[in-house]
Amino acid sequence: MDLINSHPVLDFSHGRKVSFSFDGRDMEGFEGEPIAVALHANGVRVYRNTPEMKRPRGFFCAIGKCSSCFMVVDGVPNVRTCVTPLVRGMKVETQNGRGTVSLLEGEVS
Amino acid sequence: MREFKPDVLVVGGGPAGLSAAAEAAGAGADVLIAEGDLHLGGQLVKQSHKFFGSKDEFAGTRGFEIARILREEIAQYGDRVSTMLNTTVSGYYPDEKLVTAMIGEEEYVHISPQRIVLASGAQERLIPFPNNDLPGVYGAGAVQTLMNVYGVVPGKRVLMVGAGNIGLIVSYQLLQAGVEVAAILEAMPRIGGYWVHAAKVRRLGVPILLRHSIVRALGDSVVTGAMICELDEKFSPTGEAWKVDCDTICLAVGLTPSNELLWQAGCKMKYVPFLCGHVPFRDKNMRTSNADIWMAGDVCGIEEASAAMIEGRIAGMSAAASLGFKVSSDNFEQYQTRLGNLRAGEVGEKIRLGVSDVMVDGWEASA
Ligand SMILES: Cc1cc2nc3c(=O)[nH]c(=O)nc-3n(C[C@H](O)[C@H](O)[C@H](O)COP(=O)(O)OP(=O)(O)OC[C@H]3O[C@@H](n4cnc5c(N)ncnc54)[C@H](O)[C@@H]3O)c2cc1C
Ligand code: FES
Repeated sequence: MDLINSHPVLDFSHGRKVSFSFDGRDMEGFEGEPIAVALHANGVRVYRNTPEMKRPRGFFCAIGKCSSCFMVVDGVPNVRTCVTPLVRGMKVETQNGRGTVSLLEGEVS
Repeated sequence: MREFKPDVLVVGGGPAGLSAAAEAAGAGADVLIAEGDLHLGGQLVKQSHKFFGSKDEFAGTRGFEIARILREEIAQYGDRVSTMLNTTVSGYYPDEKLVTAMIGEEEYVHISPQRIVLASGAQERLIPFPNNDLPGVYGAGAVQTLMNVYGVVPGKRVLMVGAGNIGLIVSYQLLQAGVEVAAILEAMPRIGGYWVHAAKVRRLGVPILLRHSIVRALGDSVVTGAMICELDEKFSPTGEAWKVDCDTICLAVGLTPSNELLWQAGCKMKYVPFLCGHVPFRDKNMRTSNADIWMAGDVCGIEEASAAMIEGRIAGMSAAASLGFKVSSDNFEQYQTRLGNLRAGEVGEKIRLGVSDVMVDGWEASA
């Protein structure tokens, strides 16, 4: 992982290392840290493709305010991965377009 | 659905919100802090440098340590302050005086507080240029979150846009984290931040290019470089643009108040350039035109953590007092004096002018 090894001022204490998947690939990250941070540490910078222009998007604000980091997590689309904690075994996928939600009535795009 | 009924709801657990919570709980009120992020502290947790400002407001202490001190202060009130993390306040319904929030992505809750202190801070500005949506174009806050909170390398070579305090400090922090800074661009003919910060990065060999800006970001799926150019007196590009190799473009082009909830609450607002956006009118207790809502910190005008903490104390105290809790008028006067001192002199001039534009004598008197 792309971590800062030594720092003159800060000490980083990470939680437990857990595995998760990104688009079917196995990755490792720290439990409880944001999903998008774990992906970035694994060299992943593209989190979704926009609905109309199909443009790639990654981090922007990292505080849950801009919607740039929406991804599909355990089947749920539009998850703000910059503020959603990583859980062991999570299935994280690149979001293409708006994503699909299962409603009681059936599937709506 | 879970429902909460605190005396005082504090929205946002940055320096302003934590200070408000401490004062309100200190006076005896039951306080609930709703914080959208996974930790308390707001901007402070990302700041590894020693703060400037006044001694009363922890000047000389590193930002993340100030956050710890404030967390310890509220911890001493035990159950009187409860905190909900990963909880974003999403709506305010004035007729029902009802606040709605999302815990994580799944749980929706109702909060019916007696009083609200809004301390939701600020969000970053974006500037227009082709490809500004490419992954690798990050706000300065995002870069800081990655490297200072989670210890993740944000990139190998960064182009910084903006030479205000944030651009300068984050450049220095990047160097501390072992990341190369290609250059710092500044559209204005002079450096906006404090000279000490500029001197530090210059000594480490980072060029600060005044009267320069970014023309476009380069790359197909992620940033691979940037075209930059010089600007003339009218801020139009002049001469030929040239390429800077970088994998990250960090935008430090200013903040604007996160004022959505104030709009929803129908607070009387005004656009004040010196305070960097639309901000609410207020009395000296930090009460808005909505009698149930107070506010503090960057949400009522972009300033500094030092001012945010005092505003928070004033707001928390006044909100508690309005519920009949006993507060000390000596402390109140002291906070007002400290706030005045912070804004004194040349550096505080813009803030003073901005604040005077939206300050009312008192809502009761003007109603
Ligand atoms: C690089 C940098 C260097 C700085 N250096 C200094 C310095 O040396 N000295 C100084 O005094 N100041 C400094 N500052 C400024 C200082 O950090 C801010 O002014 C201060 O943090 C503002 O405090 P706040 O509590 O208003 O907002 P914030 O610290 O932004 O906190 C707001 C909090 O509210 C939460 N929130 C927002 N919306 C919601 C919602 N809807 N629901 C729930 N929670 C929400 C956010 O997640 C956040 O935690 C610096 C800032 C930066 C970026
Ligand atoms: S990066 Fe802005 S919401 Fe996640």
